[in-house]
Amino acid sequence: MKAFTKIDGLACPLDRANVDTDAIIPKQFLKSIKRSGFGPYLFDEWRYTDHGEPGMDCSTRPLNTSFVLNQPRYKGAQILLAKENFGCGSSREHAPWAIEDFGFQVIIAPSFADIFYGNCYKNGILPIVASHEVVDKLFAECSASEGYRLKVDLESQTVTMPSGASFTFDITPHRKHCLMNGLDEIGLTLQHADEIRAFESRHKAAQPWLFA
Amino acid sequence: MAGKTLYDKLWEAHVVREEADGTCLLYIDRHLVHEVTSAQAYEGMRMAGRKQWRKGSVVANPDHNTPTKDWDKGIEDPISRLQVETLDSNIKEFGALVYFPFKNANQGIIHVIGPENGTTLPGMTVVCGDSHTSTHGAFGAFAHGIGTSEVEHVLATQTLVAKKAKNMLVRIEGQLGLGVTAKDVALAVIGRIGTAGGTGYTIEYAGSVIRSLSMEGRMTVCNLAIEAGARSGMIAPDEKTSAYLKGKAHAPKGADWDAAVAYWNTLRSDDDAVFDVVVEMRGEDIAPQVTWGTSPEQVLPIGSRVPDPSKESDPTKRTSIENALKYMGLTANTPIEEIKLDKIFIGSCTNSRIEDLRAAATVLKGKKKASNITLALVVPGSGIVKRQAEEEGLDKIFTDAGFEWREPGCSMCLAMNADKLSPGERCASTSNRNFEGRQGQGGRTHLVSPQMAAAAAIAGHFVDIRTQ
Ligand code: SF4
Repeated sequence: MKAFTKIDGLACPLDRANVDTDAIIPKQFLKSIKRSGFGPYLFDEWRYTDHGEPGMDCSTRPLNTSFVLNQPRYKGAQILLAKENFGCGSSREHAPWAIEDFGFQVIIAPSFADIFYGNCYKNGILPIVASHEVVDKLFAECSASEGYRLKVDLESQTVTMPSGASFTFDITPHRKHCLMNGLDEIGLTLQHADEIRAFESRHKAAQPWLFA
Repeated sequence: MAGKTLYDKLWEAHVVREEADGTCLLYIDRHLVHEVTSAQAYEGMRMAGRKQWRKGSVVANPDHNTPTKDWDKGIEDPISRLQVETLDSNIKEFGALVYFPFKNANQGIIHVIGPENGTTLPGMTVVCGDSHTSTHGAFGAFAHGIGTSEVEHVLATQTLVAKKAKNMLVRIEGQLGLGVTAKDVALAVIGRIGTAGGTGYTIEYAGSVIRSLSMEGRMTVCNLAIEAGARSGMIAPDEKTSAYLKGKAHAPKGADWDAAVAYWNTLRSDDDAVFDVVVEMRGEDIAPQVTWGTSPEQVLPIGSRVPDPSKESDPTKRTSIENALKYMGLTANTPIEEIKLDKIFIGSCTNSRIEDLRAAATVLKGKKKASNITLALVVPGSGIVKRQAEEEGLDKIFTDAGFEWREPGCSMCLAMNADKLSPGERCASTSNRNFEGRQGQGGRTHLVSPQMAAAAAIAGHFVDIRTQ
């Protein structure tokens, strides 16, 4: 997992509440044996006017030009502004995989669905919960000015708007530590690699047949 | 201080470190891998540039997607084929102790090949990206299913982050009647405690009935622990366990064998061990079981009638009976013996081992399936089981009775390959799940033992094997 400390990134507003994981990545993509390469299919049903299937070349598919992600001014966005209960529905981890693969590193919303929220951290995405007022303000400012960027600093837990105004957000110390150091659960466990090795050699001495 | 349970001992023997809140890093001895739940784990490893911790722990084999006939045609469904080929290339890249690719003579259902190759041993922690991993607990191992991200965690670290479950003892004393099998014991336990009864527990099965079961029977019992809500079930190893393992390809040899058996003898719950819950049953009280609904707990002894929802006072239970009857196309109060069948499936990691096939063949010998049975399948659990059965002439008994004798795999247990029920079709199945659509969309599944499935094939409807 990539480490996340701070970004200064373009924001993109997705003005819908209760965006579910089936909208984030439709179920036909779950047949895939991959965990990468889902970015082109992110919000597939909204982004394209045809029916998407795994393996399709998305560069030739008909775009829904009115969908926000397809508007040139949001190209390269790294911060997704969203509405309440983002990521509800099935627990598929393909949803954060698609969001991350597309290039988003931060999602700011008034609330997130539980499993999705946890899955974001496992995949190097920072989900930020902000108040309704703040989120409404971000949506308004972002739509009004092209090239609207936000500075997100994980160390100080702040988001700074172009005006210089800022707000802070909460994150557990454990999750912050993992994101800042690029540690997923495996990375965390591997910090104890020496202990695992020591256990393994004791185990092998006691039951050598397990290692035959 | 109170003594320890078998589960306590197995757990403690594998703790690498423990956090203040009881979260442990648990060392994993055996990692079973199949094609459906491993692809993204291997890709995650590749993306993060991680190395596999111990390739000697991995035993792998495709089973869910492989066809059971016309092997020369390969795998026709492109998605299934891709999953199987992806497993091939992942094992090639990362390595394994044992790998039986599609069409290998020893390939089979992952939970059948583990034990028969001696790669499941007492005292081990065994995991697999599959819930029926509980099967391996029959050897006195701590075995349970895991998700794909845990598969990756085990590949990379040889450990799992886990919290200990509580202890449940299911003790079955007495004797089983003629025609009553391990499958009936397991279903009767689920009927008693419910599909959520074991949630949060590890079940140890004990008592004279369990001791009297063969290793095959014990595997059937532990296989169904997951359907009772427990991620893991186990049985203390004894002389039957070592007799089964002796001489198996990967079982310990020479001095290691003696040391291993000495250690295995310590793997039992202490007399003063304390269990959080104890369930007691008598073997004499268990009749052959048949599920009538869409959950394994919707099970009754043969000789009963399908339940009547109007006699149920609890509204939630009433609705669930009504829904199950509707899906199953059954009328309340119908005698189970009058339920007519369309298909018969003998197979799955629950009941596809040699003893299961022998039991079914004994019932079928010299008989023919009824004319209303449109398809009767026997799918051996592995290439080894298949060859053994053929040496004993069991295949001939099955085909003479009008059964199809197939190549090993999961087959109609979950209908990921071409073997499925059509909507509305009714099947007597030796598998483990009667969920809606499990054996094919709209298909209706009744779980039974191999003997009961064989007898039902002859009669065309359920019959009490004890009267045959
Ligand atoms: S036989 Fe059925 S339950 Fe067993 S591993 Fe295969 S699909 Fe799962």
